[in-house]
Amino acid sequence: MERDIIDLLRSKKDQVLTLWLQAQDSDTEASSNFNTHDELQAQSSEFVDLLFGSITEHNIQDFTSWELEALTDYVSSLTISRARQGFSPRETATYIFTLKDALLKVLSEQIESDPVKLYHASIQISKFIDNIGILSFETFITGREDIISQQSDEMAELSTPVIRVWNGILAMPIIGTLDSARTQVVMENLLQGIVDTGSSIAILDISGVPAVDSLVAQHLIKTVNATRLMGAECIISGIRPEIAQTVVHLGIDLSQMITKATLESALKYAFNTLQLEVRRVQKEKVNG
Amino acid sequence: MTPPLMMIKENMAIQQERDLIFCRNRVKEVAGKIGMGLVNQTKLITATSELARNMLIYGGGGIMRLEIITRGKLEGIQLTFEDKGPGIADVDKAMQDGFTTGRTLGMGLPGAKRLVNEFSIQSTPGKGTTVKILKWKNG
Repeated sequence: MERDIIDLLRSKKDQVLTLWLQAQDSDTEASSNFNTHDELQAQSSEFVDLLFGSITEHNIQDFTSWELEALTDYVSSLTISRARQGFSPRETATYIFTLKDALLKVLSEQIESDPVKLYHASIQISKFIDNIGILSFETFITGREDIISQQSDEMAELSTPVIRVWNGILAMPIIGTLDSARTQVVMENLLQGIVDTGSSIAILDISGVPAVDSLVAQHLIKTVNATRLMGAECIISGIRPEIAQTVVHLGIDLSQMITKATLESALKYAFNTLQLEVRRVQKEKVNG
Repeated sequence: MTPPLMMIKENMAIQQERDLIFCRNRVKEVAGKIGMGLVNQTKLITATSELARNMLIYGGGGIMRLEIITRGKLEGIQLTFEDKGPGIADVDKAMQDGFTTGRTLGMGLPGAKRLVNEFSIQSTPGKGTTVKILKWKNG
């Protein structure tokens, strides 16, 4: 029975394509895009060719079949290229679902006489096109997720600048969560900064870190130890009152480190260590 | 008068390290909404961070349930961390400071307990672990 349906539709391929293109034209959303009409027509024609080229009475029920790989690959790349051109997921989904309308219309014209057959065939076609729609949506989401993870990588790089505050003193403000990957970047940048500038004191400011849990503390300890191995001193500054209380309750011992409440006091400590003094200049009175 | 009690009951999946940030932020947001002080907020999100990460590292990920609890005049946040991981063989040992089967400081569970008002842990080897914590707004 299913074989008839597919053969039937295949023989009416041109009609399906024409109907589909008509539906696309009448769709105001689809017509507002900047794809040229010819391009859209070529794309749709290719789509229909692929669809009828790969669909059989078996795989219409089994969307994971390898025979459909060419079709699914095409849908994925279509979705990606449409997303790049600025189509919303809704527009792409509408594009795919109008094909269903075209298929069902042709189907109903052909097997008008047998409602039971029409019903079953319609359900199968619907399910198949729905699967294509879902696939397109999944591709869209995966693409977005890739962008997100790429951006978070870039963010980790961006947000860890090493600042030379004075000759021999480096400062590194950390904003956001300090996870394992981030710590790696922080440590690398800091150690490289120490080598590049020949600094002997590094200040790690954690004012912008929302919470210090045992893993963050462990990362801080590691960073301080690594700095010491390089022959430099590391000061942790920006410990807020609530962070101090939490760390104490958590039971983490940070007493081995030099910690300061503010960047200012850390800088004062650093100046002291380097035997520098900051003084207000007294203006000499000019004798008239 | 006090505003009407908020009914918040939600589940959050923790499957990757990125989820930790979302769930920590959500806990902070809800804690802020019920008017929890900054110190208690920080303690709660730190405990959340510890337990959620434990779940991720040792339990292979799981679910965090967030609820607002009222008991008489007390209002607080209850968090339940549930995983279907290998479980903890010796819970008493796991609750000791400095005990770890990984390469961490071993302060997660005992530390989290000290940061909250109520703490309970249930673990069946082979079945999974459930940790429930409660932090009162002014506790």
